[in-house]
Amino acid sequence: MSTPSTATSNSPAASASGEPVILTRGLAKTYEGAEPVHALRPLDLQIDRGEFVAVMGVSGSGKSTLMNLLGCLDTPTTGSYHLDGVEVADLTRNQRADLRSQKLGFVFQGFNLLARTTAVDNVLLPLLYDRTGRIKKPRDRAVEALTRVGLEHRLDHVPSELSGGQQQRVAIARALVNEPAVLLADEPTGNLDTRTTVEVMALFQDLNDAGITILVVTHEPEVSEYCRRVVELRDGRLIRDETVEDRRDARRDLATDTPLIPLPE
Amino acid sequence: MKWQKLFRAALDSILKNRMRSLLTMLGIIIGVGAVAILVSLGQSAQAAIADEIGGLGANLLFVSPAPSDAGGVRGQEGRQNEITMADVDALRQQSIELGAVSPATFSGGSQIIGGIGNWSASIQGVSPEYQAVRNWDIAQGTFFDQAEVDGRAKVAVLGQTVADELFPGQSPVGAQIRVRNVPFKVIGVLEAKGGGLGGDDQDNVILAPVTTVQSRLRGDNSVDVVFASAADPGRVDAAEAEIKAIFRSLNGISDPEQQVVDVQSQASILEFANTALNLLTALLGAIAGVSLVVGGIGIMNIMLVSVTERTREIGIRLAVGARGGDVLTQFLIEAVLLCLFGGLLGTGLAFGFAAIASALAPFEVTVGMDVVLLAVVFSAVIGVFFGFYPARKAARLDPIEALRYE
Repeated sequence: MSTPSTATSNSPAASASGEPVILTRGLAKTYEGAEPVHALRPLDLQIDRGEFVAVMGVSGSGKSTLMNLLGCLDTPTTGSYHLDGVEVADLTRNQRADLRSQKLGFVFQGFNLLARTTAVDNVLLPLLYDRTGRIKKPRDRAVEALTRVGLEHRLDHVPSELSGGQQQRVAIARALVNEPAVLLADEPTGNLDTRTTVEVMALFQDLNDAGITILVVTHEPEVSEYCRRVVELRDGRLIRDETVEDRRDARRDLATDTPLIPLPE
Repeated sequence: MKWQKLFRAALDSILKNRMRSLLTMLGIIIGVGAVAILVSLGQSAQAAIADEIGGLGANLLFVSPAPSDAGGVRGQEGRQNEITMADVDALRQQSIELGAVSPATFSGGSQIIGGIGNWSASIQGVSPEYQAVRNWDIAQGTFFDQAEVDGRAKVAVLGQTVADELFPGQSPVGAQIRVRNVPFKVIGVLEAKGGGLGGDDQDNVILAPVTTVQSRLRGDNSVDVVFASAADPGRVDAAEAEIKAIFRSLNGISDPEQQVVDVQSQASILEFANTALNLLTALLGAIAGVSLVVGGIGIMNIMLVSVTERTREIGIRLAVGARGGDVLTQFLIEAVLLCLFGGLLGTGLAFGFAAIASALAPFEVTVGMDVVLLAVVFSAVIGVFFGFYPARKAARLDPIEALRYE
């Protein structure tokens, strides 16, 4: 059985060989009960390094279940899931925690920052649980990550002193600090206004241009227009998987103010 | 490596919620404080009594006539055990285990006239060895000597209290006092000894030659008790046995079960007092211990509330890679730190109370290092014990549920 520690040692090799970051085969989740709920029907999905994927779907489509499975927060009922070359399906709880620590970065809808804790300490949080010792000088790395999201002047601010967009950028810095194989964002713009939404998407585009693999779960079609590929689920099944044509450039939209396309409600 | 980080995280969490932390600690503060102060009171009382008894004189043995049917064996018909001056001399000559031996004859509380008025004190007739036996020095003048005992000299040595009452601000040495119309010449004053075991004043005493008290005040030859000191502090028991044996042979008794005298050693008195005080200390400590347990339950209660309140935080930690064990460790450290801080503050409280108690009690109350150590270790144990369940609850949270928690 592969363990997270061996995974670490082979991850650079894996990335060099162009192995997919995410590869699922028949991945499915069923919630047992009087009437079993097939939250996710067997799914084959491959996401390569450097991709920028939107996972779309209405409420109950199975996109949250998929997110939890891909985020190693949950275990599938059947099927296999390789994350950066590591089979996740039969890992223990602790091994999944280690995998999250080494290969995943999370961004949530509600920001989920620790209250009464400075931006830099929030960003340091994942490094607190790093067991590999691969990150030297954690604080420098945290400052670096915050600089990358444009918050180098807000290092010692606590969340209550930051705007929603700034809080989400702190969360993105936190997701980046451990150099994850993939950044998972669950409705990252759900709590943000239109302009801030585009700002966050601009940040994601910048990060993606720099080579970071990003997966965004969203129900807003406008958000998906900034991604490179859209995957759509309905009733636990994949109903769409296509490349985004005429991908929007968030930077340009911000500059020209066009973006602020009235989001249909 | 992880420990320091988790420790910091735990400490951070405590410091960021000062009020909650303080309230959580309150139970432990009071519990540890109560245990520490009560145990300290008991220990200090024991120390004070040991001091007191030590002050009676080194290795002191009290020899008194045994009731005639002592040991369940009836004595000879009509015979009453008693100690005579001859017995005392024989004891002094035959004994090898004893250092100094002094007879003592008491003449109750008597009215003493002299100096600026009159005063009531107990009169004791003793021999010069009394000083050695009781380990009691002279502050002024001299003690009487054997010649004065043999000559039934009417001389007296005053205890400090008597000297202060009858001769305030002046030296009584050379003055005359009268005890029941018998004039005595004061030749010395004893050093102050302080209060006795029962709270009586050991310095309210007048010492005179035993022969003088017998003939002038009592009109008989009897000796009430014999004060003796064991030559070797380690052989008090041997000295006790020897005294009993000598008195049996003096009275021609061969049965080793039959006793002419009772011998009480300081050790036996000390032991008795200690047993009583130990019991009391244990009882008070146990009562205080109950409050400590209640304090521990308080910690558990607040920690459980805290786990619920911080569900989302726990979810975040788990999502970014914390293992269940990391969360468990952090919460456990928090509980232990809270208890340790509480224990230290409680010990501080005990020190404060000890200072107040010292001012009020007739003896010095000190908080021993062993009590401090015990309190700190015990509070840490309480932290682990009562912190474990909430910590485990936190560690077992499902990250998905925890992140969704509002």
